[in-house]
Amino acid sequence: MIGIRAALAIAAKDLRIEARHRTALLTAGAFVVLVQLVFVFARDTASVGLMALAPSVLWVTLALSSLLVLNRAFLLERENAALEAILLAPVPRGALFWGKWLANTILVLVVIAIAFPIWVVFFNVEPSSALLGVLGAAALAAAGFTAAGTLFAAITARTRYAELLLPVLLLPFLIPPVYAGAQVTVRLLGHRPFAELWPWLRILTLYDMVFLLLATLLFSAVVDE
Amino acid sequence: MSAAPPVVSPLISAQALVRRFGAVTALGGVSLEVDPGEMVLLLGPNGAGKTTLLRALAGLVRPAKGRVRIEGGDVNRDPEARRAIGFLSHHALLYDDLTPRENLRFATALHQLDNAERRIDAALAEADLVARADRPVRGFSRGMLQRLALARATLHEPTVLLLDEPFTGLDVSAATTLRDRVERHREGGGAIVAVTHEPADLWEVATRVVVLIAGKVVLSEARAGELAAFRVRYAGLLAS
Repeated sequence: MIGIRAALAIAAKDLRIEARHRTALLTAGAFVVLVQLVFVFARDTASVGLMALAPSVLWVTLALSSLLVLNRAFLLERENAALEAILLAPVPRGALFWGKWLANTILVLVVIAIAFPIWVVFFNVEPSSALLGVLGAAALAAAGFTAAGTLFAAITARTRYAELLLPVLLLPFLIPPVYAGAQVTVRLLGHRPFAELWPWLRILTLYDMVFLLLATLLFSAVVDE
Repeated sequence: MSAAPPVVSPLISAQALVRRFGAVTALGGVSLEVDPGEMVLLLGPNGAGKTTLLRALAGLVRPAKGRVRIEGGDVNRDPEARRAIGFLSHHALLYDDLTPRENLRFATALHQLDNAERRIDAALAEADLVARADRPVRGFSRGMLQRLALARATLHEPTVLLLDEPFTGLDVSAATTLRDRVERHREGGGAIVAVTHEPADLWEVATRVVVLIAGKVVLSEARAGELAAFRVRYAGLLAS
């Protein structure tokens, strides 16, 4: 109970700071527009249709824009060594992870909400109920993205080159959910039966569970000097 | 706000702490016990391990060997043991984008304190920051930051105060306020360990002097006599 209250306080604090300056959201918002625009133009329009690219672009955009949000998560704790005030509190280290994860997941979901309609418009995606499924898969993947990202952001935050190290460390671990998410999207947009989606949804769910568990177990060792 | 009556003696117990950073031994088997009402002045040259020891006492550095107990609880294994600690360093441990009131409110949430708003109002008044309570911390002077940092560090009425170069950058007024606060804490039965390069800051308030050189305690004795006489002996220790 103590850990839950502390985690909620940490998440509320992060969201309050972001709401005040919108640094991560404005950057990620501009990023998702620009990346998708680049993909629209950087192709052979005669041989590569927009719909062929659409699933991959969506997931690459979500993965890269999530990095911008995650990078900020622990950098704001470095100002005035504020992280130490949390580590000094009588709460389990896991509360810090869950608080950060909750705030990051909410921010990544907001980024998804910004990216999604832009993707639909830019890539001429046919509006249908399948889009709700894609949105659901993105939300499912977001939980895993941010679990892995929060753990790696905590690892890199103490280094001098945190902004550079986080993408290098994290991107290899984002390949499984990006791949699975793209497969789900292809099948949803192709109106394939649910049985074809299920294995990929299971991968996304398993990825979430593995990284949430790993992060909870390892976080104490990561944040302690 | 004086410290609550301590129930455990010693309040701080560090046993044979060892910590290395690569090839450098920051702590080479340091032991330290601090009783209620004691104020330990921790001195030593740069790189002696003072800050590492203080951070180990706070649970911010995990020793490779040895154990730290605060009020009897293992500070690395029992989160509740950290409830007794107030830590003040030359870093403010505050969020620039939050106001003083929001920073203190966050601290009350982390420590699960009752009567949070009453405590926050009292702390802001004591820190003389009522007029700036609802403006972001960014842009505060060093003195204002340190007064707010002290309010944050003592909001939960800790029995143990750990101070790391707390006078760095303070003006005379802020330094006097901090010294008074430390003295009241000691007289209230709390324990204090303060790392400093300049013993004059807290000489009159200290009850014991500990000198650390190359990760080892080379002197631990009751504070007695004039600072000038101690400076001569201290210089001799450093030279040897």
